[in-house]
Amino acid sequence: MRHLISPLDFSVDELDELLKLANDIEKNPKNYAHACDGLKLATCFYEPSTRTRLSFEAAMLNLGGSILGFSSADSSSAAKGESVSDTIRVISSYADICAIRHPKEGAALVASSKSGIPVINAGDGGHQHPTQTLTDLLTIYSLKNRLGNMTIGLCGDLKFGRTVHSLIHALIRYPGIKFVLISPEELRVPDYIREDVLKKNNIPFTELERLEDALPDLDILYMTRVQKERFFNEEDYVRMKDFYILTKEKLNLAKEDMLILHPLPRVNEISVEVDDDPRAVYFKQAQYGVYVRMALILTLLKWR
Amino acid sequence: MLNISGIHEGYVLDHIQAGMSMSIYKDLKLERLDCTVAIIKNAKSSKMGKKDIIKVECPIDALDLDILGFIDHNITVNIVKNDTIVEKKELHLPQQVVNVIKCKNPRCITSIEQELDQVFILTDEEKEIYRCKYCEEQQKKKIRIKR
Repeated sequence: MRHLISPLDFSVDELDELLKLANDIEKNPKNYAHACDGLKLATCFYEPSTRTRLSFEAAMLNLGGSILGFSSADSSSAAKGESVSDTIRVISSYADICAIRHPKEGAALVASSKSGIPVINAGDGGHQHPTQTLTDLLTIYSLKNRLGNMTIGLCGDLKFGRTVHSLIHALIRYPGIKFVLISPEELRVPDYIREDVLKKNNIPFTELERLEDALPDLDILYMTRVQKERFFNEEDYVRMKDFYILTKEKLNLAKEDMLILHPLPRVNEISVEVDDDPRAVYFKQAQYGVYVRMALILTLLKWR
Repeated sequence: MLNISGIHEGYVLDHIQAGMSMSIYKDLKLERLDCTVAIIKNAKSSKMGKKDIIKVECPIDALDLDILGFIDHNITVNIVKNDTIVEKKELHLPQQVVNVIKCKNPRCITSIEQELDQVFILTDEEKEIYRCKYCEEQQKKKIRIKR
């Protein structure tokens, strides 16, 4: 039995298979409409989430399976003080596969160590969010037909943004990847990403403050939100939140075939007028999130 | 000169940084062993100026010495059998340490999950960096000794 706790749990070959399966699901959804008949997905969400939970539920329903679960810690036995280990042991006897989101870092790993069913990490605090990374990879792979040989601009909160860290980890496994890290001084990538991940693996990267300086070279622009919940200090948040706003005017500097990705939700870092630009693929990205979760559920159930 | 008799079977932990012996006594959980333990503090040392020494009279499989490698791999471990030193054990950084240090990240699952072991994994041997198994928070080695 396998779980998905970190984006690096799958080898490049396994990931390749998964992305191909997701592409096939996109092209031939009817072939998969009954692939999970009679099977149940438990969505154990200890903290609020709209798109991730609904994306998992849509994925299982598209496969013909059923869903059960809870959407906040208040409506689960956690409110009575039950441990994650005990909860997953019980849920293992109710469902065939489980997606868990928890505010504490490492919660999904604890769950997987006690689980009788495959566990998918649907976000553990500021730590990992592997299905978002799979979504990002599928979006790039589907729309660019490759995952290597490109320049990727990561913009916004690169310090606390877990999606950015996971994406960097995942992409350095492909050849010809170059990063442009665009952020204010205070929200730069943590040292361990710069030293232990990028420099150690000889990955070319530059760090810039101005989005305009980076745009002409990029094949992918990955925008992120400055997340209020990751700040301890309201003042710092207010000062940082409007640092980068992508407008139609700035977009004139970019390549014709550059893709704009965003893990969503967006606050105001991408102007609404950009939504109609063919390069804006963040809503398509959300759709790819369902396909990749369908592929993931099928793959983990196959490996049981 | 203070004389402490030799041991028949057990360990002599030599070249402990002066002042660290009580901490090591606790880390090795020696208080739980029903055996003779001698702690020598501030002994003269040509190499270190002064040092601590711990002598433990116990069966030689009674101690988990992995943790010593984590605390200070420069400690000399002499294994004694039949009143003679039979082996000088070389200490290495252990690949993982369990329940020795506590994760300081308040967002880590270890801060709330009942009876969950505190596990740290060696991720960079050169820089002696350990990371929490669950949240990957970095923790430097327990003691950084300059010799």
